[in-house]
Parts: sequence; structure tokens; C-alpha cells
Amino acid sequence: MKILIKNGRLVDPATGRDTPGDVAIAAGRVVALGAVNPDFHPSRTIDASGLVVAPGLVDLAARLREPGHEHEGMLESEMAAAVAGGVTSLVCPPDTDPPLDEPGLVEMLKFRARNLNQAHLYPLGTLTRGLAGEVLTEMAELVEAGCVGFSQAEVPIADTQVLQRALQYASTYGYTVWLRPQDAHLGKGVAASGALATRLGLSGVPVVAETIALHTIFELMRVTGARVHLCRLSSAAGIELVRRAKAEGLPVTCDVSVNQLHLIDMDIGYFNAAMRLTPPLRQQRDRDAIRAALADGTVDALVSDHTPVDEDAKNLPFAEAEPGSTGLELLLSLALKWGEESGAGLSKALATVTCAPVQVLGNALGSLASSAGRLVEGGVADLCLFDPTARWTVEPRAFRSQGKHSPFAGFELPGRVHATLVAGQVAFESK
Amino acid sequence: MLQQRNPQLNSNGELIHLLSIEGLPSAVIHQILDTAGTFLSVNDREVKKVPLLRGKSVFNLFFENSTRTRTTFEIAAKRLSADVVNLDIARSSAAKGESLLDTIANLSAMHADMFVVRHSESGAPYLIAKHCAPHVHVVNAGDGRHAHPTQGLLDMYTIRHYKQDFTNLTVAIVGDIVHSRVARSDIHALTTLGVPEIRAVGPKTLVPGDLNEMGVRVCHDMAEGIRGADVIIMLRLQNERMSGAMLPSAGEFFKNYGLTPEKLALAKPDCIVMHPGPINRGVEIDSAVADGRQSVILPQVTFGIAVRMAVMSTIAGNNA
Repeated sequence: MKILIKNGRLVDPATGRDTPGDVAIAAGRVVALGAVNPDFHPSRTIDASGLVVAPGLVDLAARLREPGHEHEGMLESEMAAAVAGGVTSLVCPPDTDPPLDEPGLVEMLKFRARNLNQAHLYPLGTLTRGLAGEVLTEMAELVEAGCVGFSQAEVPIADTQVLQRALQYASTYGYTVWLRPQDAHLGKGVAASGALATRLGLSGVPVVAETIALHTIFELMRVTGARVHLCRLSSAAGIELVRRAKAEGLPVTCDVSVNQLHLIDMDIGYFNAAMRLTPPLRQQRDRDAIRAALADGTVDALVSDHTPVDEDAKNLPFAEAEPGSTGLELLLSLALKWGEESGAGLSKALATVTCAPVQVLGNALGSLASSAGRLVEGGVADLCLFDPTARWTVEPRAFRSQGKHSPFAGFELPGRVHATLVAGQVAFESK
Repeated sequence: MLQQRNPQLNSNGELIHLLSIEGLPSAVIHQILDTAGTFLSVNDREVKKVPLLRGKSVFNLFFENSTRTRTTFEIAAKRLSADVVNLDIARSSAAKGESLLDTIANLSAMHADMFVVRHSESGAPYLIAKHCAPHVHVVNAGDGRHAHPTQGLLDMYTIRHYKQDFTNLTVAIVGDIVHSRVARSDIHALTTLGVPEIRAVGPKTLVPGDLNEMGVRVCHDMAEGIRGADVIIMLRLQNERMSGAMLPSAGEFFKNYGLTPEKLALAKPDCIVMHPGPINRGVEIDSAVADGRQSVILPQVTFGIAVRMAVMSTIAGNNA
């Protein structure tokens, strides 16, 4: 199928391109950018007047809930949510039930995702079997099955020797280990330690739960040479440690979620369970540091941390409510909101959800590594067409995701997706 | 951030639920205490009843066991002529796996007018208040570590009864503050009523430094904490604090923070000693103090019934 996108504003954050023009697509690839040869005869023409034509978004943290949590999300519903949000590639953490610790599970997931013809799916395998923190998984087999890295999801490894060996083993083959830095014992609370948690009588997660884990990870990186991607940092002190590790030259990258970028613990208000999130929302100074670090590159990528949670699991007292929020359909708008508020601008905001996360993935993307998250002639035609001037109000009941809980309910956000193309096919189009 | 209205107030700022003392204007607190004063005399009458809640059904929902608090609410509701239903949910529905909101929906279908809720999780009464019918009122009878507002109000009644003026007092709260909903409610009430010096006294594991963000002075030394105090509020020490590595032993705690006659001598001569009960003799308080002339622990219980009557009649009179 040949598609011509006409009169768009082509924005490629990887090159800084921001020019009016057309995009010609054939056989799943971008064949011409800017001026399109008049002898290109499309079977379909999309008028992109007033729209930005950008690379499809790449989300480094989206839970699809399959297998095991189908009551909270199905591959169909969550992949539909992804493309509705302009997301064309996503990385899913391995904390499904059973966890992604066997090649067969990963192959099945990849196969089912491929048949849906929606976003590209890049699973993370578990670092240890059953996420139990004891026995290493068959990493080479899992990579062959399609895993792009290894992770403990939300289950920190308590035994530091196991963590050291996992990093040693992964680094033997050049695999990236994805860790959310959190001490196994200090991280058991339900809200960030601080005035709000004290006032509401909620058990706290202190900042040292993050910084102690970071110190441990960095020390082990120094002795093992492993490459680590740090997931969803939450604190100013944690950001500062990452900044120093990068300056030292450690092979480390990191991301933050849209929640930590925009919200703080005060937003919990009167025990609003939509704000029950991991990592917990911290204070103003932490959010300020996170926003600054995303601008200066200390933080590489912005993620949705999409975690659909069903009604029964959220309608509970705050501490008992399941952590998580629906985010795929908000990622673009929340990136743009940050771009507007911080002065970073549209292109920089898009970079945090396109070319920057692709750099984190690096070689793990295989043949897509050179063109995913970018607008390149000859590259894969993963595109997001959106109206940058549109404002809309978040109404969780209208989400395509099965999860209907968002801490951003009622927020007015910039940027509305009009169409999403994955490998040259229209995967989503707003009515 | 989107602003939310305080869920215990209606659009006119009147109290429709009592969920926390935080955010209550001092006038509302004084009004409840004044109302409680008028009910004290009811308790002295031969027929101890007023008809303010006649025909209304009050459901005591105790998701966490407490004979004492439940009994005082039951007496208060009955003296207001309400029908009272006691549900010990810890041993029934919750044990069968019914969700909190399903329990509430079922009881609402039985035409409850008021829920008195105790729950082990902070914030549970907020969830109930948010999901029950508009005519139903919710009283928080203790939620997790968060709040125990009727205890806070009865403590204020007690202090006002013995000291009249709040604005020249030094109040020391001693013991396990970090886990105490009573301490939080007392601190909110005392700051709202203008008490200039509130001290939180205990070891760092039970009285962390960030408590000062609630407007209290943190003291880790008992003598410094109670010297010159007008009011000392002792808190109950839970046994599980020893297993959680919060304290080495009850004995060491008593040695350092237990209130003995010798330590009490550091406070003002007319200092009153309070305790929300049940007391652990020899753990946080010496019997000579608990039974001594400065102890007002039993009057607190008496005042508690009048204060709970005042709370229930006040919120029942306001509509959502």
C-alpha cells in the first residue's frame, strides 16, 4: 500500500528538522520526505494540514498485563491504546503472571502482538527466574526469542551477590540490565517519606531507598562492566548520582515516568488512590530536579509507565490499592506539556519519547535501530500525526485501555493524535 | 494539581462527616465542645436520653477490633435515641473476602443513616464517605495511623475543662507518635486552637525529626520534653514495636520515657496527665501516676461520650 501524507509539518527531533512537507510511504517504508516526486501514485492520501508529522513514539515502560492479568488489560486493548496515543514501539516489563522468564512465553507474546499489526512489541525478560532473585534466567535463549534486555521489574534483588552475578553474566554477552533502583527493605512503604506521608499516616519510602540502590548498582557496574538502564527515577538525590555516574563514564542510561515529571505527593490530596504509584510521588524539589534533568540529558527518556489497574483493585484504601495508572494515551500530551512549561519546546519534548529511547535500546532493536524514532528516507514508516494546538480534557472512562484510572483525570493537556502509522499501515485514525 | 473540596464539609462549609480534625476551623471545634458540654448533664440525668437521632440507624463498622471505642460510640448513639447496629467486620464479611465497598453498599441498602468506621488502613473512611449515599454520614473512629478525630476532640474537651485557655499552654505528647492516629489528631486540634508549644517526645524511631513539619517541637529527651508542661498526653505502646526493631524492650522504654512521679515533678505542679487508653501500667505509665491526683484518664472517658454525642448530632443536622 502506498500512502502520501500531504502538507504536514515534518518534525524529526533526531536531526532537528522542522519543515513543511509531504511524506511518501511504500512497502512499509518512508520513500520520500519533504518534496515528493509527482509520479508517486498513492492509493491513499492523508491531508496533514495543521498537523505535526513526527516519528512514532517509543515507550520504554508499558505493561500490557498479558499473560496473567487479563482482567486488567489484554494485548488487544493495550495495543489499541498504544497506537491511539501515537506509540508505535513499546517495551514491556516482565512482571506478568507467569513472569517472562522462558523463551516460549516471550515467543507467544511476540507472535500474538505481531498478529495484531499494531505497535512493535519489545519484551524484557526477567533477570532471575520467577523474579525470585535467586537463579539466573537463560538470557541468550530469551534474547533469541525476542527480549531486548533483562529486568527485575518491581522486585528488587535483596541478595547483592546474586545481583553482582546477574550483571556479570549479562555483561558477558553485552545485554543491558534494566533496574528500578530501590532497596528491597527500605522500599516497602506506600508514599514518599515526607510531610504529606507523615500527616496522612501513610508508610513512607525514604529517598535513601533509591540512593542506596543506586550506589550498589554503580559499584557493581564498576567491577562488572555491565551496561544498566535505570528505570523511573524518583528523587533529586537519585538524579544527582546518575549525573555523576554519567560524568564518570559509566555505561548507564535512565528514564523517568510522566507521573514523576508532573505530579508530587501533595497531589494525593485526600487519599486519592489514582495517585498510588510506584515509585511514589515525591516532593516539589524532586520534581524540579527531574524536569531539569530531562532537559539537560541526564535523564535519557520519558516513559508512560502504563499499568492498567481494574476497578476492584483501585477502589480500596490508599495503601491497599494496587499501584499503577493508565498512561499510553497520555504520553505524547504529557511530553508536550513539559516541553511547553519548561521552555524546552516541541522538538526536544518529542525527542524524549522518540529518538532518545531508541538510543537506550541501541542494538537490541536489530534492523530497526537506524530508523525507529526518526524520520529517515528508507526507514520504517512508523509515524505519529498530531495536532499540536489541540487541547483536550483527560476523561479516563474514554480510554481505549482497559485500565480507567489516571492521576491526570480532569487535566487539560496539549496535543491530540490524529493518526498513527506502523510499518506503513494506518493503525489508528481519530474519527 | 486539581483542587479538591474537603470531603467532610458541604458546599456551605458545614460538617457532614467527621473524618479528620485537620482543616476544621477552630470555631467548629469549639462549637462541638460547647455542644458536648450540654450533653454532659444528660449523662447525669436519671433518664439519659435525648431524642435528637430518634428513628435514625447508626452502624458501628469496626474493621479492626476495639471494644472500648465501639462501646462509647454505642452509648453515645443510644443516648441520642438512635438505633444502633454493631458489626464486627474483622470477623465476618472481610474474612469471607467481601470488598470494603461491597460491604458498604449492602449496609446502605439496609437504610443506614450513619456509619461509625474503624479501619486499619489510613484513609479508609474517606473511601467510604466518597461512595456512600448523600444522606449517609461517616464518623471516623480511627483509621490506620492517620486520624482518630473524636479522641482528639475529647482530649480538647478535657484540656479546655481543666485549663480553660489554650493559648498559653505547653502540651507534651509522649511515646509512639509515628504510629499514633491519636497523636496526629491531637496535634491538628492543638495547633488549630492556638497552643503555642506542642512537644513530641520519644526516641527517634518513634518520633522522627520530620514530625516538626506538623508544627511540633521534637524532643528525644524526656526531661526536656515534659519540663514545665501544663498537659502531658501519654500514648499506648504497642507490643509489635519491639519486633519491628523500633525498640529493644518495654523495660528500656519505660526507663527512658515511662511517666513516673519523679519525672512528672518536672512538669508544672498543676499539670494534668492524659492517656487515650487502654493503659499499659509499667510500660508507658507508672501506676502511681495513672491513679494519682493529676491523672484525668477516667474523666476523659466520661467526656468522650458527650463529645461523641455532640459529633453525631452535629453532622446529622447538616445535609450534603
